[in-house]
Amino acid sequence: MVKAKSAYSIPGKQGKLDTHIIVVWVDNEAGVLARVVGLFSGRGYNIESLAVAEIDPKLNISRITIVTTGTPQVIEQIKLQLKKLVPVHKVADFKREDKKVIFKEMALFKIVGSQSKKESALKACKKYNAIILDKSNKSYVIQITALRREIDLMSKNLKKFGLVSVSRTGAVAMTRGAEVFK
Amino acid sequence: MSKLYSGAEIVFKCLEDQNVEFIFGYPGGAVLPIYDELKNFNSVKHILVRHEQGAGHAAEGYARSSGKPGVLLVTSGPGATNAVTALTDAYMDSVPLVCISGQVPTHLIGTDAFQECDTTGITRPCTKHNWLVKDVKDLEKTIHKAFEVATTGRPGPVLVDIPKDVQFQKTNYTKFKKQKSLNGKVNSQFTQKDIDELIKLMSKASKPIFYTGGGVINSGPKASELLRELVNTTGFPITSTLQGLGSYPGEDSQFLGMLGMHGSYEANNAMHDCDLMINIGARFDDRITGKIDEFSPKSKKVHIDIDPSSINKNVKVDLPIVGDVTEVITSTIKTIKKVKPNFAKSNKQQISKWWQQIQKWRSINSFDFVNSTETIKPQYAVQRLYELTKNKDTYITTEVGQHQMWAAQHYKFDKPNRWMTSGGLGTMGYGLPAAVGVQVAHPNKLVIDIAGEASVLMTMQEMSTAVQYSLPIKIFILNNEYMGMVRQWQELLHDKNYSESYTAALPDFVKLAEAYGCVGIRAETPGELDDKIIEMINTDRPVIFDCRVDKQENCFPMIPSGKPHNQMLLGPKDQKENKITGKGKTLV
Repeated sequence: MVKAKSAYSIPGKQGKLDTHIIVVWVDNEAGVLARVVGLFSGRGYNIESLAVAEIDPKLNISRITIVTTGTPQVIEQIKLQLKKLVPVHKVADFKREDKKVIFKEMALFKIVGSQSKKESALKACKKYNAIILDKSNKSYVIQITALRREIDLMSKNLKKFGLVSVSRTGAVAMTRGAEVFK
Repeated sequence: MSKLYSGAEIVFKCLEDQNVEFIFGYPGGAVLPIYDELKNFNSVKHILVRHEQGAGHAAEGYARSSGKPGVLLVTSGPGATNAVTALTDAYMDSVPLVCISGQVPTHLIGTDAFQECDTTGITRPCTKHNWLVKDVKDLEKTIHKAFEVATTGRPGPVLVDIPKDVQFQKTNYTKFKKQKSLNGKVNSQFTQKDIDELIKLMSKASKPIFYTGGGVINSGPKASELLRELVNTTGFPITSTLQGLGSYPGEDSQFLGMLGMHGSYEANNAMHDCDLMINIGARFDDRITGKIDEFSPKSKKVHIDIDPSSINKNVKVDLPIVGDVTEVITSTIKTIKKVKPNFAKSNKQQISKWWQQIQKWRSINSFDFVNSTETIKPQYAVQRLYELTKNKDTYITTEVGQHQMWAAQHYKFDKPNRWMTSGGLGTMGYGLPAAVGVQVAHPNKLVIDIAGEASVLMTMQEMSTAVQYSLPIKIFILNNEYMGMVRQWQELLHDKNYSESYTAALPDFVKLAEAYGCVGIRAETPGELDDKIIEMINTDRPVIFDCRVDKQENCFPMIPSGKPHNQMLLGPKDQKENKITGKGKTLV
């Protein structure tokens, strides 16, 4: 008697996971975000971050930027499945390592503490286009724009300077140079 | 100023312009304005079902047998949620449906009003697209768009949710002109280069096989004709999925029968050993591939599909061809004629060994069973049904389970659109309402639902619909008192612990038939079977046929859990019985 080694329900070999940034141009209509997000949850894809806003009020187009991880096969499926949605116009896909593309996230840090701590915090943020959005005797609200891992690092490092609150966006992306994605 | 129409009128104006003849539905509070207009539009006939799931499956049966979209009309809340199973079923099997649902008035949306539910939210994952129409000015455009989305590309269900106040509001209606430009979701992206590559692979192959699916049927009757031409021109063997049955004649010598979990020995072995697999309109479903790591290890794979997301989803292929089956086969045949006019002849030698091997597998006769003179074997019942109805251009629907597989194995189809079964979702209770829809589309044809007694009870109420509209459907129940497929798996995988798979109290189906106002027939021995089947065929009214079959019979052959295609479990005549144990028990 030969023992069955696996079954219909047992998955095959899992490939290597890559992080991709998927950009989706959609009609800005009711429920469109639910369609996109529902596709990801329904098919078991992963969303690391999400950024969405209308970019063309005249044509009613919104741009959704999704950071996701998956095997090459899964990333391919995500793109093809997204393209099937009726309100989706086009889908772009960039690898996180892609040098031709700019990725940025924004973060707001609230620092509460002595003047010297606030200044140290601001100094630490300097190389990430730091802007002070609000000042009080006790606090700063600092805005930075940077990469995900840089913001991760800053959120950790600023703790010692009195970081009490973090708010951050998902990544947005754009290609370098004169070309646009068609 | 032109005449103003209410939202309810616009619904029917749109249906008229889309040439809709039948809608399947059930009235309720939130669709009353639409029902009120029904009397003013004679070209649209309404079929009153007994449950909204029945409306959905009936619309599916109508769509699959006629090639036209099926339309259903349901009320808000429970009306819409009852339709969800049918919408999901249509989504899985790519059946074009347009579901129009009523919704509470716009000012009540979000207040948990009576019979309110988030219909577009609930149906979003089981439709190609859906719409909540909040302004009557958008209604016409939306309904026409709904038909376009449902019927173009890979077909599927859509839903239009119309709040009650929108049904009353008035606006203009402009006559619909069918546009040529489509929604951009239609994909015929293939090039002549792809076709040339395909023909190169075909001429090199020594062990080729066509693996065809429901996509051939969805592409229209022309696709089936072209497929026959292609198969004849090449001399290649062909196997079909459950959904593709009928696209190629079931009795032809080049046809190896259905493949997959309960497919034929020759089809599955040929799939495993081939060196060229040409998938036409099938989707490498898990019931077809078995263990994916060992699926057809030595073959080059070509995949022809209209849906780009089907390519490389489950199985990596060497040559994807994205396009409509009819167009792809047309180009292929044209190119073969131009480049290799003697394809079949020059090829015959090259694949003759392959055919010899296939004949060896074929001689196992894997659909065979041990017949009996005392009890009716279910396979025998299907065989007799086939022999007695094959010259009548019969339409067959099924429920889900053992009977469905026996029907697929033993009933041979010659033409497309004659076989309606729930393959993807596997919906018990599909067959009876589907038969209602088929009979509506083909009032003068013989329509038979090959059923199991457990499945058919899930939507039995639709017999009442059949009687109301004088639809002489035949419900041929292979009654073994068990949920047969569940029992079979429990026998093979769970040490014969028949947990809850026996129905200890069943209705008397003959009396039940009489209660519904149709005809009940019972057959208990093989000797009387033929006469009873003929009696059923000759009855011009709906019939419930209670065919008492062997209670222990199992459906073979079978690819056991975790095994590749070339390790099939054959029937009781098989000597090298291998049992399923250990991890294999966890299969779904």
